[in-house]
Amino acid sequence: MFDFGPFFDNIGEILDGFWATIRLAAAAAVLSLIIGTILASFRVSPVPVLRAFGTSYVNIVRNTPLTLVLLMCSLGLNDILALKFSDNSSTTYYWWAVLGLSAYTGAFVCETLRAGINTVPLGQAEAARSIGLTFFQSLRMIILPQAFRSIIAPMGSVLIAMIKNTTVAAAASYAEVALVTKTIVDKPSFASGVIPLFLGVAVGFLILTLPTGYFFGWLAKRMAVAR
Amino acid sequence: MTDSEGGPDLTKGGPEDPIEPAASGDRPLVVVENVNKHFGELHVLKNINLTVDPGEVVVVIGPSGGGKSTLCRAINRLEPIDDGTILLDGKELPKEGKELAKLRADVGMVFQSFNLFAHKTILDNVTLGPIKVRKQGKQESEKQAMELLDRVGIANQAHKYPAQLSGGQQQRAAIARSLAMRPKVMLFDEPTSALDPEMVNEVLDVMTGLAREGMTMIVVTHEMGFARRAARKVVFMADGQIVEENTPDEFFTNARTERAKDFLSKILTH
Ligand SMILES: Nc1ncnc2c1ncn2[C@@H]1O[C@H](COP(=O)(O)OP(=O)(O)OP(=O)(O)O)[C@@H](O)[C@H]1O
Ligand SMILES: [Mg+2]
Repeated sequence: MFDFGPFFDNIGEILDGFWATIRLAAAAAVLSLIIGTILASFRVSPVPVLRAFGTSYVNIVRNTPLTLVLLMCSLGLNDILALKFSDNSSTTYYWWAVLGLSAYTGAFVCETLRAGINTVPLGQAEAARSIGLTFFQSLRMIILPQAFRSIIAPMGSVLIAMIKNTTVAAAASYAEVALVTKTIVDKPSFASGVIPLFLGVAVGFLILTLPTGYFFGWLAKRMAVAR
Repeated sequence: MTDSEGGPDLTKGGPEDPIEPAASGDRPLVVVENVNKHFGELHVLKNINLTVDPGEVVVVIGPSGGGKSTLCRAINRLEPIDDGTILLDGKELPKEGKELAKLRADVGMVFQSFNLFAHKTILDNVTLGPIKVRKQGKQESEKQAMELLDRVGIANQAHKYPAQLSGGQQQRAAIARSLAMRPKVMLFDEPTSALDPEMVNEVLDVMTGLAREGMTMIVVTHEMGFARRAARKVVFMADGQIVEENTPDEFFTNARTERAKDFLSKILTH
């Protein structure tokens, strides 16, 4: 029962699956940070329309199950509405998975960042305005840089959750490691060793997420703003 | 030289003078006219009138909660006003947006709590405005910043972060940051009241120097020595009103109003 043979028999496929996971997570990390930053800027902006948009987006997306978001992307937008990134089906599903996961994670990034913005003393924004910076200049040059530094550690948690959420991308027909694992188990030739296989994959995730956590912890200390 | 007492009928610049004589001539630089401001029910500025001529130093003094900070903040529109007008060098403050930002760049503001940008070095604090707002070159801005930091006596701190400086040094850096914008007028809101006593003078000395060189300044402070040394006019504010306008000497020795006498007797016995 604890024979790791099947895990190593399929190691090639599993590693390919992890590579697909890493590609998805890396792209989603970048895109969700961008989306989250834009949303947070909207939510603190003096323009009521932008604020309302930011608030609605966060409230809707954050309260929708990720599986649904991804199914919406793959089945709804890609398959039914035929909004395809490419004719190659694995490429188009990849980008839909990136987009769905980022759209979802972006809402959490936004809220984390907004908590960070609240840690920046009001005087910083006032000083920025008093030297003639516009609202968006002061947000970009003064507020956000300080906000980011104060939320590096919690942002690490958001990204770790996102890395684990890549497994849901199976719902979007994207062959990341969880889908690969399931395919292996479903093979008629696969007799036993499900638990070792799962354990192996779980360790694989630890290898991705633990260093992420440590990295963000280290970065948080390094970048802290002294007041 | 104290004949500038808030006469409303001064040559206010308007649309009829398209060429602006850069903060010169005899037109007042700051005109506050019938300004009112509420915070909810609280009437914090009650029909305020104040005129500041080019090169004039006005000290604003008065009890806590009297509206001194609010007045300062209204002058560069960090705080919107309910009604009345505020003219800066003949121009009315725009409501919001780019125009307002541009106008604010001409009004230096020094805060009680310094408010240096915590994630930037002192040098970057000073060059940010010139580079991003005035669109000056980096080298030129840095050269100018170093001169200013030298003038306020902290050139050797240029590459440190604000938290590594003493309060007095931070406040002098904040003054340099404002000066780098070459403002037409500088507002100081209790610039020394967050400082340890031994650091008060180093900041006041810089301010006195500025006043000597002809900078137009509105200074909220209870530092009587500074008021006497540098100010042409003292404005006493209480309960949202300007209760008395006087020369420093007259005000501190022989205030006209009971309210001011009462206030002075309290701060002088401390
Ligand atoms: N943002 C605000 N919201 C509501 N009330 C405010 C706000 N800012 C100031 N006030 C109130 O307005 C009044 C005037 O405040 P202001 O800060 O202008 O007084 P001040 O003369 O500067 O006093 P201090 O000497 O304590 O600095 C006070 O009663 C204060 O509580
Ligand atoms: Mg005040």
